[in-house]
Amino acid sequence: MKSAVRDIYNNVFEFVRTFGAFQLFFLRLIRHSPRMLMRRPGLVIKQIYNTGALSLVIIMVCGFFVGGVLGLQGFANLARFNAEDSVGAVVALALLKELGPVITALLFAGRAGTALSSEIGLMKATDQLSAMEMMAVNPVRRVLVPRFLGGVIAMPMLVAIFTCVGLFGAHVVSVDLLNVDVGAFWQQMQLSVDMDDVQEGIFKSIVFGIVASLMAVWEGYNAIPTAEGVGRATTRTVVITAIAVLIFDFMITAIML
Amino acid sequence: MHCLNGFLLFCIVSSESENLIEIRDLMYSRGARVIFKDLNLTIKRGEITALMGPSGTGKTTLLRLITRQLIPQQGFICINGVDISTLNQRELYELRQRFGMLFQNGALLTDLNVFENVAFPLREHTKLTNRLIRHVVLTKLHAVGLRGAADMMPAELSGGMARRVALARAMVMDPEILIYDEPFVGLDPISMGVIVRLVRRMNDALGITSIVVSHDVAEVSTVADRSYLISDGKVAASGSPDELHAANSELVRQFMHGMADGPVAFHFEAPNYAEQLLGRDSE
Amino acid sequence: MQQTRSVEIGTGLFVLLGMSALFFLTTQTTGGDRFSADDTYEVEAYFENVGSLKARAPVAMSGVTIGRVTSVTFDAERLQAKVTFEIDSQYGTIPDDSDASILTSGLLGSQYIGLQAGGSEDSLEDGSEIFFVQDAIVLENLIGKFLVSSGGDE
Repeated sequence: MKSAVRDIYNNVFEFVRTFGAFQLFFLRLIRHSPRMLMRRPGLVIKQIYNTGALSLVIIMVCGFFVGGVLGLQGFANLARFNAEDSVGAVVALALLKELGPVITALLFAGRAGTALSSEIGLMKATDQLSAMEMMAVNPVRRVLVPRFLGGVIAMPMLVAIFTCVGLFGAHVVSVDLLNVDVGAFWQQMQLSVDMDDVQEGIFKSIVFGIVASLMAVWEGYNAIPTAEGVGRATTRTVVITAIAVLIFDFMITAIML
Repeated sequence: MHCLNGFLLFCIVSSESENLIEIRDLMYSRGARVIFKDLNLTIKRGEITALMGPSGTGKTTLLRLITRQLIPQQGFICINGVDISTLNQRELYELRQRFGMLFQNGALLTDLNVFENVAFPLREHTKLTNRLIRHVVLTKLHAVGLRGAADMMPAELSGGMARRVALARAMVMDPEILIYDEPFVGLDPISMGVIVRLVRRMNDALGITSIVVSHDVAEVSTVADRSYLISDGKVAASGSPDELHAANSELVRQFMHGMADGPVAFHFEAPNYAEQLLGRDSE
Repeated sequence: MQQTRSVEIGTGLFVLLGMSALFFLTTQTTGGDRFSADDTYEVEAYFENVGSLKARAPVAMSGVTIGRVTSVTFDAERLQAKVTFEIDSQYGTIPDDSDASILTSGLLGSQYIGLQAGGSEDSLEDGSEIFFVQDAIVLENLIGKFLVSSGGDE
């Protein structure tokens, strides 16, 4: 009985400690970020390429099909109320406010997040981070900050591209295949979409960019430096990012309503 | 406190002497496991010092302590007369720029090619022009015989080549102290011979102080000026390779001649064999 | 060098694509006839019932947006809802006996204020009140009325 209490105490203690370490880690990244952006933009650009440009294919393919299925479902269900013309509005609102940022963040975690954490974990396992430390180069600044910044910058772009391709997919399905009037499609969309809705999506994409990149970098940096440890860190990156993104999504939506 | 003052004084005095690194009464434990206790050793300027010992004695840990990637619980490590536990981040990085370290597997940065790997410290710490960097890097690569491999990626290199590139990188800032962590492990005889020759040549030609951590007795004996044999968290024996070979301590003999059983037992601690087989430990 | 060049080109293309996607979203999906004018004058009106009219809802005349609602509050003295809205100054000749009604765009769409021109010589100006108003149509009341009136026939 006593040991159970002790276990709980230890777990809670460990949780609080990890949480605190996580906050400090985040602050360290933030603190080094402006200087890295100013002095070594080349490093950040390379990471924007790695996380952003290399995720384009998956983002665009998924965006097209998500938009397409929204068009199908929207059409089928709105047809019950004779409101097929609103399909543009429904798809645009869903993509802009929710699905664009959330699905992009989840895909980002799967494509770029895992790549980041396994790369950093492997650098740790093969002593590359220690080697930098020994060459008097701060690995947090040289390795982690550019990767974090690259993710943070790439995410809003990916979300915007995802949403656009999604709209295109919905357009193809509903206008070209299901014969919704093209004018009605766009007019209904423009009538019901507000600048606020777009801003909500952009805000979410920025928050998710920070969350997803931070998790990936954190998990990689704290991976146990073995093959198994790196594998576990990669898995945890996806799981934790997914949970965090969905929780943040709920909170932001609740606040913005 | 008194003791500390006395030690700092000692540090200052010895800074003029030929002792580059002094380790006194070092205690380090990880969790409940004590790795070093009352460890004392001295590394002399300009010599090649070998740290030897059975695997698992914490040789790599000792290197991490010397370079302050770890901090000891007790005792002092003085480099050039400065207690390194007192340094702040900036001073520590200044100190580390005077170190070169060769990691076990080279630890080359996988996303940079050989040239950029060697140029890395220069790009990070100096504002040299590209032409000058090119000049320095090619010189160092030439010294390890890999000028022709400048455009290759680390993944394309063999183990011995990777280690030579890492050596060129460790040399590029012209360090005072070069640390080799297990430089001979997993190399074919030719690469091994190359590395042994390089260690010796770097040390003599450039007046560097070298520390070699290894358990390859034969290779160490050919390069080291002085060896420390570490076992059970202490220095078990020290002296020139010849002295160690001639030593009559059982542990030293076992290690130097590679005997399977001795003070370092062949069997890991276990209950009585007969009893366990007969199943008496089941209750 | 060749490698960094292709990285730079790739990144540049990616960022350009992202920017143009953002631009597309902000300009093409949102309402094109959104009201934005620097110079406006404010008018107020009191309603018994505003339905679900909200701030930022459009104010339209003959179907063209000429202004927007700035606030919807409850006036405790008159026990009515007070709606203030701003109108673009270039439409400065709206008669002051025009009437304002709360209308719904589409069957279930959002609500807006529709102005119908009156015949007065004087125009609305900053701070004037519109006296002729028509409340929002609340579905329940409508159904109630319908039931009562159809019941009265018997």
